[in-house]
Amino acid sequence: MANIETIANEPAPGSAVSGIDQSAGNFRYEEKHDFDAGTGLTERTVDYISAVKKEAPWIKDFRLAALKTFLARPLPTHWATRDLENINFDKIRYYLSNGQKPKRTWDEVPDDIKRTFERLGIPEQERKFLAGVEAQFDSEAAYSNIKEAVSKQGVIFVNSTEGLREHPEIFRKWFGKVIPTGDNKFSALNSAVFSGGSFIYVPPGVKVSHPLQAYFRINAENFGQFERTLIIADEGSEVTYMEGCTAPKFSTTTLHSAVVELVALKGAKIQYITVQNWSSNVFNLVTKRGLAHEEAEIKWIDCNIGSRLTMKYPGVVLKGRKARGEVVSIALANDGQHQDTGAKMIHAADETTSNIIAKSISVGQGRSTYRGVVHIPRHLKGCRNNTECDALLINTNSRTDTYPAITVRGSANSVQHEASVSKVSDEQIFYMRQRGLTEAQAMSLSVNGFINDLTRQFPMEYSVELKRLIDLEMEGSVG
Amino acid sequence: MPAPSPTLPARAIGGFTAEAFAAHLESQAGAPAWWLERKRAAYATFAALPLPARTDERWRFSTVQGIDLGSCVPATGAAPLPAVLPVKAAASLVFVNNRLVSRSAPSAELESRGVVVTTISEALRRHEPLLKAHFMAQAQRLGSEKFASLHIAFLADGAFIHIPRGVELSEPILVTHAVSGADAAIFPHTLVVADENSRAAVVDSFVSIPGTGADSRQLAVGANDLYAGHGSRLAYAAVQDWSRETLSLQLNASIARRDARIQSLNIHLGGRQSRHESLSELQAPGAYSEMLALTVASGTQEFDQRTHQMHQAPNTKSDLLYKNALLDSSRTIFSGLIVVDPDAQKTDAYQSNRNLVLSENAEANSLPGLEIQANDVRCTHGATTTRIDPEQEFYLLSRGIPRAAAHKLLVTAFFEEVLARLEDAALHDAILGLIRTKLDGAALA
Repeated sequence: MANIETIANEPAPGSAVSGIDQSAGNFRYEEKHDFDAGTGLTERTVDYISAVKKEAPWIKDFRLAALKTFLARPLPTHWATRDLENINFDKIRYYLSNGQKPKRTWDEVPDDIKRTFERLGIPEQERKFLAGVEAQFDSEAAYSNIKEAVSKQGVIFVNSTEGLREHPEIFRKWFGKVIPTGDNKFSALNSAVFSGGSFIYVPPGVKVSHPLQAYFRINAENFGQFERTLIIADEGSEVTYMEGCTAPKFSTTTLHSAVVELVALKGAKIQYITVQNWSSNVFNLVTKRGLAHEEAEIKWIDCNIGSRLTMKYPGVVLKGRKARGEVVSIALANDGQHQDTGAKMIHAADETTSNIIAKSISVGQGRSTYRGVVHIPRHLKGCRNNTECDALLINTNSRTDTYPAITVRGSANSVQHEASVSKVSDEQIFYMRQRGLTEAQAMSLSVNGFINDLTRQFPMEYSVELKRLIDLEMEGSVG
Repeated sequence: MPAPSPTLPARAIGGFTAEAFAAHLESQAGAPAWWLERKRAAYATFAALPLPARTDERWRFSTVQGIDLGSCVPATGAAPLPAVLPVKAAASLVFVNNRLVSRSAPSAELESRGVVVTTISEALRRHEPLLKAHFMAQAQRLGSEKFASLHIAFLADGAFIHIPRGVELSEPILVTHAVSGADAAIFPHTLVVADENSRAAVVDSFVSIPGTGADSRQLAVGANDLYAGHGSRLAYAAVQDWSRETLSLQLNASIARRDARIQSLNIHLGGRQSRHESLSELQAPGAYSEMLALTVASGTQEFDQRTHQMHQAPNTKSDLLYKNALLDSSRTIFSGLIVVDPDAQKTDAYQSNRNLVLSENAEANSLPGLEIQANDVRCTHGATTTRIDPEQEFYLLSRGIPRAAAHKLLVTAFFEEVLARLEDAALHDAILGLIRTKLDGAALA
């Protein structure tokens, strides 16, 4: 870590991987948008998006109804941060496509996108692994190559437009059912203007051999991204989906508002992993929810490092007996950032269990917030929830908040919630410095230790990347 | 002063009309001008503010439609003396329908050392600066601005207690507030100022006087102000046992100065719907606030408890433990917030809510919150909602103890963790007796 000084002098690192020149994150490419809906949001914008995508009439009606809901709903500032009022909805570009069709092989991927991967520091071997990756360039799938083995298993892995057009018999049944349009203002916004995202169907009994991945990028100024993801795991199947985000730095604010719906039918298992590292001017307002049927299991692993404001509370509706929901959440808030994250567990059947583990780190003037809902209604038996929230405050002016809401009816259930707030122990730092580590190295090691039990649950390459990102974030925080 | 809103529904004003307020002001003639001005301003605020709405985050989970001023009017008239807690007291005051009906003064020795146990109306004449400095000095933060204003506007009398510097009381001061009659509203108030290095205990007891018809609706909008000066120790306990048709809103506020120690224990037994807000400010280093509460909720009762632990200086400590036992179709809400200011380093804050659910139809809501803006702190909170431990139950059953008795034993054991923190043995036993009586009347098991 010889170059600590130079890195520490950089403005807040928004997105980069350790070992790479910081300025490498500040790239963007010439915009060549064949399809551009302009800025602002009206019925015409929605008509335009729908026409470009050659959508069925029911989808257009769905979008228009959602637009009405979006416009009618107030911002939720009676409980959420007033920073939301700084979003200028009229200046946002709601749809843009560079006209590329989804690609199937590496050779077909345009060179500038390959360069983007290169700048991200994705190693050569990993690029090969990207053969199973869907990369998002602006809001259309730029690159998609599902491993042959996966498609041979009967798995459908397409973008939202293709999913609704080619496989309505599979996807229409659950589309917008887990997260109804009117769930909140931003799910309504997404429902009106969604494009991109992944639609996945896993047939009964299929255990998908490779984790499915998608990288998202935003690459146009004032451009918001509105991905729509729907994953259906049929009876007894298993699938892991990974979503990672990095974004170039922009001077004006950008809005990202995705909707992710998961459906785990009887006995199915879905694991959804997110590493969010938008640049620090992005509003990231995401609705994620899973529906777990009998004996199904849904696990969200959610890591938020970037963005200006993230509001994201992955949830599981435990609809079938013995269903299980889990949220593992890591948030890191640096100067100028507010990570407002958490979890929702809605128990709706007997013997359902849920587990929430949330750890947050606030650096500098960063603010991290845990917000959670655990709901166990009347007449259920044998439901259990366990919630643990730990916050680590690095600097004297760092901030953390915890706002859980727990409702339990009846005497046959049990719920426990615990939270703690602490700082890095002086003794630990002293011990490591005595062994020859610099203060920054010691701090970094200590913070990584704080979340180590959670990062271990990430796939190998993600946990390595995460560790590097945390090293980088911690470097400017001491001294 | 907010402008009166012409669109407010009649239920937002209830019997507290401008005419009723004018009549009340007349009864206060002779009070200092600032007092009357404060009342006028408060009435204007009350009349302008709407009732709490479902969308108000500070009333989340509350049955807001139950917060209805209805036809209640300020209580008047004589009534039989209420039952008082069987506690040996250093002094006592009994208020019925907002008026003092009985008192026992502190011993001549305590009076000679300056101990004051009197009414607010008398304090307005003889202790005006102290009353002015401490009466409702804290801003409402938890959502009851309207009811705090109603309280100030219609307050007729209350308890005023002043413990001078260095004086230590060995027995508690007992204040009883009683209400009698149908559609009667009372505004109990207890103000305690404990000066430097003094030590005292104050007990508030809230009761409805029976005999006016079991179904008579009553309204209690109470408040207290506790001020613990440097190095003082102030113990406060409140036992709320209103009739089952009472809507109760109680607003407590405490301030702890340097090295002061405040213990506050609230026992919730009565009322149809009870909202209890508790603000605790730790203003100077070394201050310590212990916030305790026990609730026995039965029938269709709702108990809504909101707390704020405000650490405003370095090296302060707070410890909150709220325990609820829920029977029948009752509901409880606990919403707590620890707030650590940016400079309040070395804060040690704890917040714990334990719910014991004894019935299929009871509902416990818990919102334990933290807002921390300093890093060198120890802040933890925990919330649990559980049933009776089947092993403990089995043990008692296997010893031949009937299920109902076993449950009663286990519930009182659940409460003992809090009650054991009371220093006064007689008070401990009196409270335990009331809890047992309530459990006897409820259907356990």
